[in-house]
Amino acid sequence: MTASNGAGRVGVLALQGDVREHVRALAELGAAPVEVRTPANLAAVEAMVLPGGESTTMSLLLESSGLLEPLRGRLRDGMPVFGTCAGMILLAADVLDGRPDQHRLGAIDIAVRRNAFGRQVDSFETDLAVAGLDWPFHAVFIRAPVVESVGPGVEVLSSLTGTDGVARPVVCQQGPVLVTAFHPELSHDLRLHETFLARAGTAPMPCQATQEEA
Amino acid sequence: MALERVPADIRRDGGVARMSDPALIEGIKAAVTIPVMAKARIGHFAEAQVLESLGVDYIDESEVLTPADEVNHIDKWAFTIPFVCGATNLGEALRRISEGAAMIRSKGEAGTGDIKEAVRHLRAINSDIRRITQTDPAERYAWAKQLQASVALVQELAESGHLPVPLFCAGGIATPADAALVMQLGAEACFVGSGIFKSSDPARFARAIVEATTHYRDPQIVAKVSRGLGEAMRGEESSTVETRLADRGW
Repeated sequence: MTASNGAGRVGVLALQGDVREHVRALAELGAAPVEVRTPANLAAVEAMVLPGGESTTMSLLLESSGLLEPLRGRLRDGMPVFGTCAGMILLAADVLDGRPDQHRLGAIDIAVRRNAFGRQVDSFETDLAVAGLDWPFHAVFIRAPVVESVGPGVEVLSSLTGTDGVARPVVCQQGPVLVTAFHPELSHDLRLHETFLARAGTAPMPCQATQEEA
Repeated sequence: MALERVPADIRRDGGVARMSDPALIEGIKAAVTIPVMAKARIGHFAEAQVLESLGVDYIDESEVLTPADEVNHIDKWAFTIPFVCGATNLGEALRRISEGAAMIRSKGEAGTGDIKEAVRHLRAINSDIRRITQTDPAERYAWAKQLQASVALVQELAESGHLPVPLFCAGGIATPADAALVMQLGAEACFVGSGIFKSSDPARFARAIVEATTHYRDPQIVAKVSRGLGEAMRGEESSTVETRLADRGW
């Protein structure tokens, strides 16, 4: 299935969370995003965004909607995917402090800790240097997870030093999988979505990308 | 939501309804890994200070509790914790946003299991938003006057076509189809309390309403989760209730 511009369709997992913000960001880049709630929706996309939200809720809904196994299959087959905040937790190989019955998609070899920065009042915004981006990205962390450890095949694109003085990864990629601990969809900065689309081979027309950078 | 009694019980018991015991709120926080919200009385900023100190994730300045101030709501800008506030119409929603509310929920009529007030409030908010998007700039001052709301917020609404904060729906949702209805009317999420706990099987009802909220545009899924679900809360027709909670707040 292809979009009108000839590129593959991008889906946004629309079970719970800030779906609308991701749809808006992708649409601004000309990607004609599709909301994915069912296996039939999933079959129609070539790449996926897993949004922020609440990871245990999304885990339950992945199972009840019949998406869990088809999604696992697509990830095994190398479908490009971008997970933000709760989406990063879902994609991780290991979840520390999760619920024991929480599903792990295991698409990227990282161990994450949920709510690592504390509760809602501990949420914060900060400017992050991200490898591959020319200037810092303004990152919004909301009850955010952190990456506690990464496997050998994982590339760390950005890290954040915590109050304990330890720098932990907050942007990682491994093959077709890109994850952020924060919410790039809330920053009115499309560069990480653009990076994902370019890597996924579903990039918008080059002229649009150029205008976006200008 | 950390709450000692669901609205249906608060309604039945009468008396003054207040913030929950901190021990109960702490117990709920310790028992779950998802965000926890707790209610403060309208205008009761000291209750809100206590809730903030307990580290709850959000505060609901709620008409379900007995109001503490008949003129003023809490100055929510004085807090770092996000607040949700109820609204029956667009003017009320914009006044709460001016006071610092980070989320709005349509009030409905809590504890009745009757959806019609929720529908009335959602339609009132969204139909006025649609009208404002059709105005020319000169007309927006009169709209602000009529809504008793800030001109800047009315101007922003006219350009964006939606509230600057999320719009939830609460009050009277009792079935999966109720959830699908309010989501299709423009709610971004639902709050359900009595509708779950006063049903014949709260765990099943909770799961079914969550699934219907996710798949709100798919009647086959709403039918599937509704099939053999058991009895919804008996409820009370909203026009016959003695105390209309939605009338609290100004």
